[in-house]
Amino acid sequence: MEQRLQELKQEALEKVQHAADLKELNDVRVAYLGKKGPITEVLKGMGKLSAEERPKMGALANEVRDNITGAIEEKQEGLEKEAVEKQLAEESIDVTLPGRPVPAGHAHPLTTVIEEIEDLFISMGYTVEEGPEVEKDYYNFEALNLPKGHPARDMQDSFYITEDVLLRTHTSPVQARTMERHAGKGPVKIICPGKVYRRDNDDATHSHQFMQIEGLVVDENIRMSDLKGTLNVFAKKMFGEDREIRLRPSFFPFTEPSVEMDISCKICGGKGCSVCKGTGWIEILGAGMVHPNVLRMAGFDPEKYSGFAFGMGPERIAMLKYGIDDIRHFYTNDDRFLKQFARKEIR
Amino acid sequence: MFVSYKWLEEYIDLTDVTPEELAEKITRSGIEVEGVEVPAEGIKNVVIGHVVSCEKHPEADKLNICQVDVGEDETVQIICGAPNVGQGQKVAVAKVGAVLPGNFKIKKAKLRGEASHGMICSLQELGVEAKLVEKKYAEGIFNFPQNAEVGADALEALMLDDAILELGLTPNRADAMSMIGVAYETGAILDRPVKLPDLSYDTVLEKAEDVIKVSVEATEENPIYLAKVVKDVKVGESPQWMKNRLVAAGIRPHNNVVDITNYILIEYGQPLHAFDLDQIKTGEIVVRLAKQGEKIKTLDEAERTLSDNHLVITNGEEPMAIAGVMGGYDSEVTDQTVNVVIESAYFAPSSVRQTSKEIGLRSEASSRFEKGVDPKRAALAAERAAQLMSLYADGKVLSGTSAAEHMDIKEKVISISLEKINRVTGTDLSEADVLDIFRRLQIEADSQDGLITVSAPTRRGDLEIEEDLIEEVARLYGYDNIPMTLPVHETNPGGLSPRQQKRRLIRQTMEGAGLVQAVTYSLTNQQKVTEFALEVKTPVELMMPMSEERSQLRQSIIPQLLESVSYNSARQKDSSAFYETGSVFLSEGGELPNEEEHLAGALTGLWQLHPWQGEKKPVDFYVAKGILDALWEKLGVAEDIRYEAAQMDHMHPGRTAAVIYKGQQIGLVGQVHPVKAKELDLKETYVFEIKLEAIYQEESVPLKYNVIPRYPSISRDIALVTDRTVAAGTLEAIIKQAGGTLLKQVQLFDLYQGDKMEEGKKSLAFSLTYMDPERTLTDEEVVKAHNKVLEAVKQETGAELRS
Ligand SMILES: [Zn+2]
Repeated sequence: MEQRLQELKQEALEKVQHAADLKELNDVRVAYLGKKGPITEVLKGMGKLSAEERPKMGALANEVRDNITGAIEEKQEGLEKEAVEKQLAEESIDVTLPGRPVPAGHAHPLTTVIEEIEDLFISMGYTVEEGPEVEKDYYNFEALNLPKGHPARDMQDSFYITEDVLLRTHTSPVQARTMERHAGKGPVKIICPGKVYRRDNDDATHSHQFMQIEGLVVDENIRMSDLKGTLNVFAKKMFGEDREIRLRPSFFPFTEPSVEMDISCKICGGKGCSVCKGTGWIEILGAGMVHPNVLRMAGFDPEKYSGFAFGMGPERIAMLKYGIDDIRHFYTNDDRFLKQFARKEIR
Repeated sequence: MFVSYKWLEEYIDLTDVTPEELAEKITRSGIEVEGVEVPAEGIKNVVIGHVVSCEKHPEADKLNICQVDVGEDETVQIICGAPNVGQGQKVAVAKVGAVLPGNFKIKKAKLRGEASHGMICSLQELGVEAKLVEKKYAEGIFNFPQNAEVGADALEALMLDDAILELGLTPNRADAMSMIGVAYETGAILDRPVKLPDLSYDTVLEKAEDVIKVSVEATEENPIYLAKVVKDVKVGESPQWMKNRLVAAGIRPHNNVVDITNYILIEYGQPLHAFDLDQIKTGEIVVRLAKQGEKIKTLDEAERTLSDNHLVITNGEEPMAIAGVMGGYDSEVTDQTVNVVIESAYFAPSSVRQTSKEIGLRSEASSRFEKGVDPKRAALAAERAAQLMSLYADGKVLSGTSAAEHMDIKEKVISISLEKINRVTGTDLSEADVLDIFRRLQIEADSQDGLITVSAPTRRGDLEIEEDLIEEVARLYGYDNIPMTLPVHETNPGGLSPRQQKRRLIRQTMEGAGLVQAVTYSLTNQQKVTEFALEVKTPVELMMPMSEERSQLRQSIIPQLLESVSYNSARQKDSSAFYETGSVFLSEGGELPNEEEHLAGALTGLWQLHPWQGEKKPVDFYVAKGILDALWEKLGVAEDIRYEAAQMDHMHPGRTAAVIYKGQQIGLVGQVHPVKAKELDLKETYVFEIKLEAIYQEESVPLKYNVIPRYPSISRDIALVTDRTVAAGTLEAIIKQAGGTLLKQVQLFDLYQGDKMEEGKKSLAFSLTYMDPERTLTDEEVVKAHNKVLEAVKQETGAELRS
């Protein structure tokens, strides 16, 4: 009997070993360990054994069972793992194939520039003001110290609709309107972005329609040094901390004193190159202290109030920042141009 | 204004200041120097030669063989093709080894068998602009005066070794439109004295006023009129130095009389005019306004018709010149002129500006009078002219001046407190600092108890108010020296208005949905101006457009966006998705048109493309509509929006919807009519345009959290068979209405109108979600609500449950 059990164990373990899949393994289990299996059969003959041999044989039979069960479990684990691996292998894909594109719209580069400037000044306590693009001559010129007959307001340079109405030539009328609304009480602290129009032929550097963004601060004790400090913050945030600014005297009818601001050339670091025309400086914007006539026209007392204003062209800034060579690109909406500005620039 | 460095040295010591340094200093303190040009740059080895002999080349008609003394041991032989070359001339010789503009190197050559050791040069060949070469030498070589030193540097003799500073003058700095004005500016910058020209000369006994009488009728237009008389002038060439300076200033030399007036124009900024005295038969000059329709033949031989607001210089009968603009042909100084009257006057800027503009004639003189010349200069310039005529035209100057003066020339006195100067600039200057700046400017200034009083010289017409003085102080103190501060004041926090925030939200939503922002022109043509417009108004038109293409203000953004789509599709970009926000201009009859802000979009080609997985979704109506729906969700107005089938010009009649917000149409969405699309070279293209005003006006509803329901919802699907003409939206609305408060959501999930349907019918399947947040719904309640829904749709549209 003992020999028979050992044979069965040997036989079963061999079959377990050779089981190819879970089903075969299960067959082995049923065949050897089942109620009708050979081990049970063998144990039925226990009655013929002596009282001393019986427990011995019983223990042996259990041991054989345990061995077979253990082997089956071990094999089962192996087979299951194999099956999973096989399935995973079948499921593997080429991860280098292109992903499914998600819609990717983006802003126009001029909007990006304008919003960057807006946000910078908002962080300094400015609000954003807007006004009409078709404007009264009064707000576009007269309120800005450009009375009728002033040489700087040639009919040839502006798109008039009637004698007294024109497409605004700058965003300054928004300043005039805002100051008027404040009715002589400060502070006024605004920036005004928007479209403006001039009677120019479109070419690489001129556009009959373009953007402007202007700033205005009016309050008691606003100094020219405040203008300089403000422009310095703007230049460094917009063009980089290592940029220097310089102010040059200039002339605008609505400011006195007037200045033009240059920033040091990034390309050559100030040594002079083709971008800065050899000067090491690049002109960025015009500014100045608000002319007393402008304050007076808007109802502010120039003895009590002073202010500064500045204005710049987002096209020019974008052209300088990104190295764009032709202003017309901003208005043709060529995908090959626009898509270059899909990426967000983080600084 | 072109400023010759060498000429400027006559008035101010420029030792230790190079032209470049000077340019930088001038720029930094107020006048932008746009460039510094050295005419002789790149030219070398050109000397003055003496043509010892000049004979015809035996082999060539047009060539001459010249033996030229260039100051060396032996003469050199040069073959010269210039028609005006001749024996005895002093000429500019580019020797062998010389370099001319354009890196043109002079080498030994043989011309038709004859050796040539150099080149006799025209001024053009030395880099002088053709328009500045005096007529006499325009077609050939230049001749130096006979006293020119042989072998000397020709570039130096022509003053081409000069440096020319080009000043970009702003309109306020008319004072710098003269060499003396620039000298004052330079003097202030360098803190060096200015030497003014010596004006002494001899006169004859005869008096000017006995020869010519001057009277002014229009004294407002002409406050000062001075006339000098110079007799027995010899019209001829000007001295070389004067020609050189004129060329440097950009003026072509003519003859000594004309050159002297031009020279003084540049030196003093005072325009002068010379008349031939013998042509003024009446012996008098009368300045008056022209008669309406009066005619004059001007120097340029054109006949001009005048109006009664144009100022003219007459001989008492007929006009001889248009005052301050241009002289007349008949009284012009010619080579035969012997006696000259020199006019030096002050004409009112507005009068000259108006005349010049109306006649359409601008001159060096008019552009200066327009900006305002120094009234004190008229007398100085008249003296200077008399002096130069006596020195360089051998003239006899009559004593005195025939004058008509109706102007009390006064210096404007302006006072400003030191405190204000420091307050406005943010500086901490002392009285002495400020006074020193005015001393440098040669402007009289005094101070008492912190009040600074300045007499603004007439040459600085731009100094009128306190702020002008602040600018003078600030610019000479140096803008670099002004500190950097930030405004110290109470401020409100900055930020965007609700309207601006909504605009940014719209932008972000459009871009998030996959649209690219475009910016197009507001000006368009007559045809496009009203196309696709939601509201058509009388177009707002420009008075003087640059072109028909950009002559009217748009009433819709769609035409411009379609242009951008078509531009890209013509460049192999078949799929485009653009949006733009911007103004359209609708005239309501008021002074200003109504500017409405619109959002527009244009989509064509493929919306989604993932080719290797076979995904390819073309743009269709529902793509465009879906984008808008996403926007309504973001803006929180989805509940108030509905769409209705609509008919519009240039839109597909069956694929266009009106967008309705709170019962008002605010926009459209749909397919561009295939006929219109073809006309624009477009494939199937969808557009939308939305008026934003109503949505901007709407106050945003505050966000509030609703408790997440604790009770389950119950879903029921229904498939309804209806006539094809019944809109899904109509059914949905009926369902929502009938479902009552328990019905939380209705979602269409299937549309079938295939062969299995009866002709003219379709099947729409909706999923209805019922829920009560307070308790679990019973089946009965749901059935009851559901039946009400079915009854309602049947009653209102005849829809039946699909069996
Ligand atoms: Zn540079």
